Amino acid sequence: MTTLAQALPRRRSLGLGWIRNYVLTVYAGLALVYLFLPIAVVVLFSFNNPAGRFNYTWQGFTLTNWTHPLNYPGLSGALKVSIEIAILSSLVATALGTLIALALVRYRFKGSGLTNLLIFMPMTTPEVVMGASLLALFVGRGVVLGFLTIFIAHVMFNISYVVVTVKARLVGFDRHLEEAAMDLGANEWTTFQKVTLPLIAPGIMAAGLLAFALSVDDFVITYFNSGSTTTFPLFVWGAARVALPPQINVIGTAIFVVAVGGMLVNIVFQNTRAARARRPASTA
Amino acid sequence: MAWLAVFFLVPMVYLGKTSLEQGLFPLFTFKWAWGNFHDAISLYHVQFVRSFEYSGLATVIALVASYPLAYWIAFRGGRWKNLFLLFVIAPFFVTYLIRTLAWETILADDGVVARTLRQIHVLGSNGRLLATSIAVIAGITYNFLPFMVLPLYVSLEQIDGRLIEAAQDLYASRWKAFLRVTLPLSLPGIFAGTLLTFIPAAGDFINAQLLGTPKQYMIGNVIQSQFLSVRDYPSAAALSFVLMATILIGVLAYARILGTEKLTG
Repeated sequence: MTTLAQALPRRRSLGLGWIRNYVLTVYAGLALVYLFLPIAVVVLFSFNNPAGRFNYTWQGFTLTNWTHPLNYPGLSGALKVSIEIAILSSLVATALGTLIALALVRYRFKGSGLTNLLIFMPMTTPEVVMGASLLALFVGRGVVLGFLTIFIAHVMFNISYVVVTVKARLVGFDRHLEEAAMDLGANEWTTFQKVTLPLIAPGIMAAGLLAFALSVDDFVITYFNSGSTTTFPLFVWGAARVALPPQINVIGTAIFVVAVGGMLVNIVFQNTRAARARRPASTA
Repeated sequence: MAWLAVFFLVPMVYLGKTSLEQGLFPLFTFKWAWGNFHDAISLYHVQFVRSFEYSGLATVIALVASYPLAYWIAFRGGRWKNLFLLFVIAPFFVTYLIRTLAWETILADDGVVARTLRQIHVLGSNGRLLATSIAVIAGITYNFLPFMVLPLYVSLEQIDGRLIEAAQDLYASRWKAFLRVTLPLSLPGIFAGTLLTFIPAAGDFINAQLLGTPKQYMIGNVIQSQFLSVRDYPSAAALSFVLMATILIGVLAYARILGTEKLTG
């Protein structure tokens, strides 16, 4: 879409603006370098061949860590727990969160203001406090800490993020489309299935992925509610006290590559598609 | 569908209630033990103050670091805005702990950064980066940076470029146009970003634990050890409650200040 501003030639301020742009670009570049510095270290040290138990100083290049990524006691088990919890909790949180978002956007019901507030609260509460209050609840009720309590906690904090993400998608939703479907004789359920759901699917998808990522990454809340169950972040925490195996860096790098790679492909794909869509429009 | 919201509401209310009650109603016995609160504040006010100092500083640094970046992506990113945004989020797909451990490597005593700083005499010959307040603040700033960049980006991206052009047509200098148009319009982003950074930062304990020493411990460290090591639930719960209340009051005050500024600006 070309706006008026883009169509009109820009007023140029002589030279100075160029320098200013340049400074801004350099600054932005530096900020990105700052962001990526630790990641570079993580990736680099995944190829390290540490002399002792700690992977802090560079000793020499090796591929062993990559060919034996799970070769450390307890690592594969922790990873498995993390993935299981992430899949389960993101599915449940996405389902519940989507329905809540629909309810909040579509219906004015008693207590909708309160619901909004409650959705918002977990996001504005420090994680320690959330973890602590859940622990107090579980211990007070005599619930045994473990897989189940981690799962409950993860669904808890993920729901808020799902609701916010899906709501953002719903707000821009054209309800005439649903009305049109109903006018054409579709009942409520068919309309929901054939019109509403496909249209908000990208939002739901994004929410699910976000929930998955948050769940895999969560340390603080899990730490409070895990009992003797170990997830990957908990494993890293425990390992960091006695040793620091480079396998941790390998797993970290692998997760990073998969997640970012997937998003990268998606963005490039969308951009090329958008470019293709633009071309015929401009010739017409 | 609304019933689902209610179904969800119950555990949430329950959670809210326990977190409210826990200071007075721990495992042990319910005694209206207001003394917990008194102890919490008198014993740990140092860590409280430190938490707010560190997280406040980290928030300001994050704002200064993020604004130009968000601005650049929003106005110069062009077609590849999403790609640059991905670059901002990407580092956060490496687990929080691993990221912080990487900072430990970077700032280590025999690391490149510390050695260079010693050579150019910014640091004394025995100067350290690790285990200092600087390390902890740097770690916090880093770990919560996307919470700052993303809201800033969203609010900057929504600004209609024509408004800035109009200001310039009316003979505002670029700088003035920025101050009078862009900056006020991005206030919601600044507001959201600072809150989203400050709140988790105030409760953080990982950075202080990994990059600092007990001298840098924040209130999160205290809550964590009271709960999980000392197992003194009542005082830990009182501490969590005070932390939450302080943050809430701070947020409300902040909202008021920024709100009125918006009206007068």
